[in-house]
Amino acid sequence: MKKDSDLLGQEDQRFGPFGGRYVPETLISALDELESAYKETRNDSGFQEQLNILYRDYVGRPSPLYRAERLEECFGAGPIYLKREDLNHTGAHKINNTLGQALLARRMGKGRIIAETGAGQHGVATATACALFNLDCVVYMGELDIERQALNVYRMKLLGAEVIPVNSGTKTLKDATNEAIRDWVTNVDTSHYIIGSVVGPDPFPRIVRDFQTIIGMEARKQILEASGRLPAAVLACVGGGSNAMGIFQAFRDDVGVELIGIEAGGEGISSGKHSATLTAGRPGVLHGSMSYLLQDDDGQISPAHSISAGLDYPGVGPEHSYLKDSGRAQYVSVTNEEALKGFHDLAQHEGIIPALESAHAIAHLAKVASEYKEVGSLLVCLSGRGDKDVTQVSRLERE
Amino acid sequence: MTAISECFARKKIEGRSVLIPYVTCGAPSLEESLDILGVLETAGGDIIELGIPFSDPLADGPTIQKSSQLALENGVTVEKVVRILSDFKADSEVPVILFSYLNPILQYGLENFLVAIKEAGAAGLLLTDVPEGSDPSIENRILDSDVDFIRLVAPTTDCGRISQISENGQGFLYYISRTGVTGARELLREELGKEIETVQKASRIPVAVGFGISTPEQAAVVGKVADGVVVGSALVQTLNEEGIKGASVFLKALRAAIDSGV
Repeated sequence: MKKDSDLLGQEDQRFGPFGGRYVPETLISALDELESAYKETRNDSGFQEQLNILYRDYVGRPSPLYRAERLEECFGAGPIYLKREDLNHTGAHKINNTLGQALLARRMGKGRIIAETGAGQHGVATATACALFNLDCVVYMGELDIERQALNVYRMKLLGAEVIPVNSGTKTLKDATNEAIRDWVTNVDTSHYIIGSVVGPDPFPRIVRDFQTIIGMEARKQILEASGRLPAAVLACVGGGSNAMGIFQAFRDDVGVELIGIEAGGEGISSGKHSATLTAGRPGVLHGSMSYLLQDDDGQISPAHSISAGLDYPGVGPEHSYLKDSGRAQYVSVTNEEALKGFHDLAQHEGIIPALESAHAIAHLAKVASEYKEVGSLLVCLSGRGDKDVTQVSRLERE
Repeated sequence: MTAISECFARKKIEGRSVLIPYVTCGAPSLEESLDILGVLETAGGDIIELGIPFSDPLADGPTIQKSSQLALENGVTVEKVVRILSDFKADSEVPVILFSYLNPILQYGLENFLVAIKEAGAAGLLLTDVPEGSDPSIENRILDSDVDFIRLVAPTTDCGRISQISENGQGFLYYISRTGVTGARELLREELGKEIETVQKASRIPVAVGFGISTPEQAAVVGKVADGVVVGSALVQTLNEEGIKGASVFLKALRAAIDSGV
C-alpha cells in the first residue's frame, strides 16, 4: 500500500486542493527565495546539526513524555501520556519553529524579522530567537489580544522586540497577520516573515510543519519506549494548527493511530461565536492559501471567537483541511466552558497549569478518554503552559 | 481588439497617457456610487477601476482598507457591484475593470461571476492575490473569458517573469511603483522612470503604473514614461474628505498635468 505521505508529493505547493500561493505579486520572489534557501538546508547537515544543538541546549529538548496517572483515574481512562511542550524554553512549542526560521533568515542575509502573534507565545518565541541571533524584531498584535495577554507583551519588549498594536478589523490574530503581511510586502528586501503556524502561502505551511515535526518524532519514540506500542489516538488543539501538525506528522503513516484535532468551539457552534474552522467553515482563500475558513455567504471573513487568543483565528492550516477531507484526521470542538474545566482538571490532578489553547485538548480528552480504556493509550500534545492565562482566567471567574 | 486595448491604442496616437482612476464601490455611500462613476468619466478618466470590497484587503494601505470596510458596512456585495456597473454602462463607453480579491469571487462562483460581469459590461478583471502561475485552473478560466485579465508586475519581479506575465497578460500590465501596499506617497522613487522603461521593453502589452501616485506633478512624471497612470488611494481620500465635487477637481488636475506633461 502506498503511504499517505507519498501521495502528497511533499515538494508540491499544495495539499490536494489546499495551500498554494495567493499573494500579491511583490512577494513571489521572496517566496521563491525562501523555498530555495529552505531546500538547501534540508540537505545541509551543518544546518540540521546547529538546530539540533539549539533544541537540546537552549530549548531543553527532547521534551519529556509524562504519564498522567491521576488524570487517568479522574477520567476513568487507560494510559494517558502528555507530550510536555509546555516545558520548552519560552513555555510552548512555538520556539521549535522560530529558531529554525531565524537560522533560515540569517542564511538569507535578512536582518529584520516580522511576526504576528495571538496569545503572544509566538511573539515571545520570535523575540527570543531574535535576541539570540541579534536580529531586529517587529511583532504585530491585535489590541484585544494585547489586553488579554499583557504579560507576554511585556516579555516581548523585555527581549528587545517592538510590539505594534493592530486596531483594524477584529483586533485579533487575523488582523495582526494582515498587518504582518503588509509590512513584509513593504520591506521584503530586508525582512523575513516568521509566520507562527502552518498557515500562509507555500512554502510556510511545509516549513513550519517540518520544524514542528520534532514533537511527533520524539513522542513516537518515547511512547514506544514507555509502553511498547503506539497510542490508540493522538490529540492536539488546532488554531492555525502547528502543534497538531507537528505531532500528527510522525504518526501519519501509522494507519491504526487516530489523529484528533480539537478546535475552539467558543460559546458553542450554534452561537456563531467560535473558531471551529474545520468543523463549521468552508473552503476559501485567506492569508495566501486555500483552506477551510469562517466566512459569510458573500465570501467576507467572519470574526472568530475563543477564550483562547491563540485559537482565535478564522482560518486553519491547509494541510489540516487536506487531512480532514481525506479522512486521515478528525476534527472536533470544545466550548470555552469545557476548556476552562480542562484547565482546572489538569492543574488540580497533575499540578500542571496548561495554556488555554492546550486546555482544549484536555477538555476533549475528558469527554472521550474512557472510551479508549480497552483500546489503548492516548497521547496528548500539551502545547504550552498557562502562566500567561492565569490573570485572565481569574478575572473571568470573578465576574 | 478589446475595449481596453483600443483605449490604449487611441491614446497612443494622441500622444497622451491613459488615466485610470480607482474607487471602492459603495464608499462613501452606496447611493452615490453611480454619480461617482459618472464624475470619474467626465473629469477625464479613460478607464475606471471599480473595487469590490473584501474584509481582509492585505495588499491595501489604510485608505482603501477604510473604504472597503465602509463599503461592507453599507451592505455592498458582488451582486450590488454588478448592478451598479450595469447601470453605469447603460450610458457610458468607458471601459471598467473590476478590482478585488479572490475569495468573494470564489464564493459567488467564478463561472457565474465571469458571465455576470460581462453581461454588466465589464472590460477587465484584476485580482491582487492571484499572481501568475498561482492557480492555473482559475487563471485559465479568466483568460478564456470575455473580459481582459489584468496582471500585476512588481519591482521584485525579474525580467524573465515580466515577459512571461506579459505573454499571458491581457489589456495592459499594471506596474506597482514600489514594494508595499496601496497608499498615497509624497515622493516617487528616483529609479522609477528607469524601471518603467525596463518593464515596457520586456512587455508586449502597454504598461500602466500605480501605487502611491497622489499629485498632478507625480502623475505628469509617470505619464511621460508610462502608457497609463493609475490613481487610487489619493482619489478615495479626496472623495472622503471633499466629496464628489472635490474628487472631480482633483482628477481634472491630474488629467491636465498628464496631458500637458508638467
